[in-house]
Amino acid sequence: MAHPLHDAVRGSLDNCVKCTICETYCPVSAATPLFPGPKYVGPQAERFRGEGPSPDDSLTWCSSCGICTHVCPQGVKIAEINSIAKAEMAAERGIPLRDRLIARPTLAGRLGAPVAPLANRLARNRLVRAAVERAVGVHRRAALPTWAGRTFQSRTRLRRQPPGRPGERPAVVYFHGCAANYYETHTAEMAVRVLEMQGLDVIVPRQGCCGLPLQSNGLYPAARHYVRRLAGSLAPYARAGHDIVSTSTSCGLMLKREAREILDMEDDDDLRAVSGRMYDICEYLALMHERGELRTDLLTPLDMEVPYHAPCQLRGHGVGTPAMDLMRLIPGLRPRQVDAVCCGVAGTYGLKREKYDVAMAVGEPVFGQVRESGAELSVCDSETCRWHIAEATGVPSVHPVAMLHRSYGLG
Amino acid sequence: MTRVAVIGAGLAGLVCALRLAQGGADVTVFSRGTGGLHLTPGMIDVLGYAPERVEAPGETLAGWVAARPEHPYAQLAGAPLEEALDWFRGVAAPLRYGGDLAANMLLPTAAGVARPTAMAPAGMAAGDLRGGRRVVAVGLRALKDFFPAYLADNLRRAALPGGAAVEARHAVATWSPRPGADVQGHYFARALDEPGARAGLAAELRAIVEPGETVLMPAVLGMRASAEAWEDLCERAGAPIAEVPTLPPCIPGMRLNLLLTRALGEAGGRMVVGPEAVGVDGSGGRIDAVRIRDAARVRAVPADHVVLATGGFESGGVELDSYGAVREPALGLPVAGPPGGGRGLGPRHLDEHPLMAAGVRVDDRLRPVDASGAPVWGNLRAAGSIIAGAVPWREKSGEGIAIAAGHRAACTILEDT
Repeated sequence: MAHPLHDAVRGSLDNCVKCTICETYCPVSAATPLFPGPKYVGPQAERFRGEGPSPDDSLTWCSSCGICTHVCPQGVKIAEINSIAKAEMAAERGIPLRDRLIARPTLAGRLGAPVAPLANRLARNRLVRAAVERAVGVHRRAALPTWAGRTFQSRTRLRRQPPGRPGERPAVVYFHGCAANYYETHTAEMAVRVLEMQGLDVIVPRQGCCGLPLQSNGLYPAARHYVRRLAGSLAPYARAGHDIVSTSTSCGLMLKREAREILDMEDDDDLRAVSGRMYDICEYLALMHERGELRTDLLTPLDMEVPYHAPCQLRGHGVGTPAMDLMRLIPGLRPRQVDAVCCGVAGTYGLKREKYDVAMAVGEPVFGQVRESGAELSVCDSETCRWHIAEATGVPSVHPVAMLHRSYGLG
Repeated sequence: MTRVAVIGAGLAGLVCALRLAQGGADVTVFSRGTGGLHLTPGMIDVLGYAPERVEAPGETLAGWVAARPEHPYAQLAGAPLEEALDWFRGVAAPLRYGGDLAANMLLPTAAGVARPTAMAPAGMAAGDLRGGRRVVAVGLRALKDFFPAYLADNLRRAALPGGAAVEARHAVATWSPRPGADVQGHYFARALDEPGARAGLAAELRAIVEPGETVLMPAVLGMRASAEAWEDLCERAGAPIAEVPTLPPCIPGMRLNLLLTRALGEAGGRMVVGPEAVGVDGSGGRIDAVRIRDAARVRAVPADHVVLATGGFESGGVELDSYGAVREPALGLPVAGPPGGGRGLGPRHLDEHPLMAAGVRVDDRLRPVDASGAPVWGNLRAAGSIIAGAVPWREKSGEGIAIAAGHRAACTILEDT
């Protein structure tokens, strides 16, 4: 059997000097002694893994937030090592139905969309949720999104243009991801309007799931299939010179780097073409501002203070916090970055019955600062984090483009 | 607004970035991972051994640099160092740093060595061994790698000026924030930020300590509210307590990292942690942009000035290949190799290794220079361990060089704009 860790990740293992910096930042081991920290289960335990059963199952408590890799001064791919090891262990033990279900947001999205009012009522019903928790293992109080009646794709069919068609204005591709297609369609609409405000045409090609939830639940072959299909539909645009802009920090990161590193897809030409053109929307707008192309002259004052949480997956992009830079351009707006690393949900981790309490403990410093701010809303780039923070605090949470949208007077 | 890119988030990089942000520059720190402060004991060493133990670093430095024109302090001793330390004392006020260049303190290490250092937080300075002291070294049962018997035993044998002696015994406290588990220092530190948690530990200390003794504790007494935690514990225990830094991750270094990064954010500076600097673009002797490798690509970040603070060999700021060639990997600057040529490595681990003084040579405005002494780029500066000529752990000079160079690099940039 080939070793599950491929060279790109395994090569970093020997750089670990056991400084333990990763553990001092790990939000999960800070919240629960069940997880001994990324160094132990990562670079250390990896030396004992090979053929046969995994030596230590404390690894299952890792939420894959990725902070450990982000802070490692030696370039060790700690989170990637742990993701791959977790997938191996899941394969050994069998992946529960629950994980197979929550790993496929397109499935839940498609099922719920046509019957959105009913689906939303059921998802808010305590008895239903208790039954779902017992039957499937999705925690009864975990934040679930609200289905939109019509998908963003169906609302925006007119924008489905072929790549490279000459137009009067430069055209960018909008990659919305599953969340903005089935649930937060308003975020997708605001993103398109804000991009258009900059004098860009926005193309919305047909697109599927990026496979990230499959990857984080250990379903690698299915995840690779999803990545290939999505990269195949976006690559012609990338090759024709269109930049691809995303409102989903985690799905954007999946296409930028994670699929190549964790799923070992470095050789996929379509994916490479897409990675090179992929931008988080705030990163993209901040770069436009750097070039003097952002319409700051049209921003109108918003006199308010808002707490902002930089999600873990945004940190993985390595672009800093462009949302803060953008919000600072809005007259009167006072964004305040939350001083905590993770909200706890980490994609699907916080949905799981056995993980929910840990996820809530991880997020408590974020929730506390949002509540104490007294603000009418909080801001965060990542959708699952927004749902989790809003549910835990009772304060609505919006994507940073919502602040720009509002300041531009678009609604 | 002047855009400055600082590469590296150790002490030199953070000091430089904060001073620049305070001076009105638009600063971004790029750092591959968190900076090295987590691994340092939080003391500010200026000059500890030259090569004998130094009692008065300010006085000794003057003559010492005269004989070492290639040492970073040749550009920094005197006014730049003094100004930088005064500024640092102000910035680090919440951590209550005391001490100055007039006299080194002698603070106990976890191995029971009397370590000469110029400045330290009040909670550590309370363990100053000059003049002798009666101590009880108290370990924490759940905390690994801190051995109070070993500490006490070595302290009894410590060589102190004027024949002063340490009277030392040891004990172990059992209070733990996570009963039944091995607990790393940062869990103790975070737990002890809470007054409620301090009561349990203080009750044990009160029972252990005898009148006239100072309690030596591993430096885990609080993270974000450490000065308050230390003061409160002293009061509750009814005895003076001094913190002794532990093996990395080292809490006093983490506290300093928290303080500096937070101050930088409040002054309007940015931190971009994760990506690596892989080069610069420029023409006519000036850099226009730093090349940064992020998750998807290498992008050019425009900059009016650049500060290289990537550290020495231990941080990857300087690299040695298997042919013995030394290089500076981020910007490809010329490196001054080991003095006298050769590989610069002694035969045994704790010998002198001239190689360790390798780095980039700088001019009086801290601009890296080539072999002829001309600046490589007119708007590039270097700060900290990347500067050639020092062997910080032997001289005990690392923080002094980092703070003085970081501060000086910032001041020269602000003068230029």
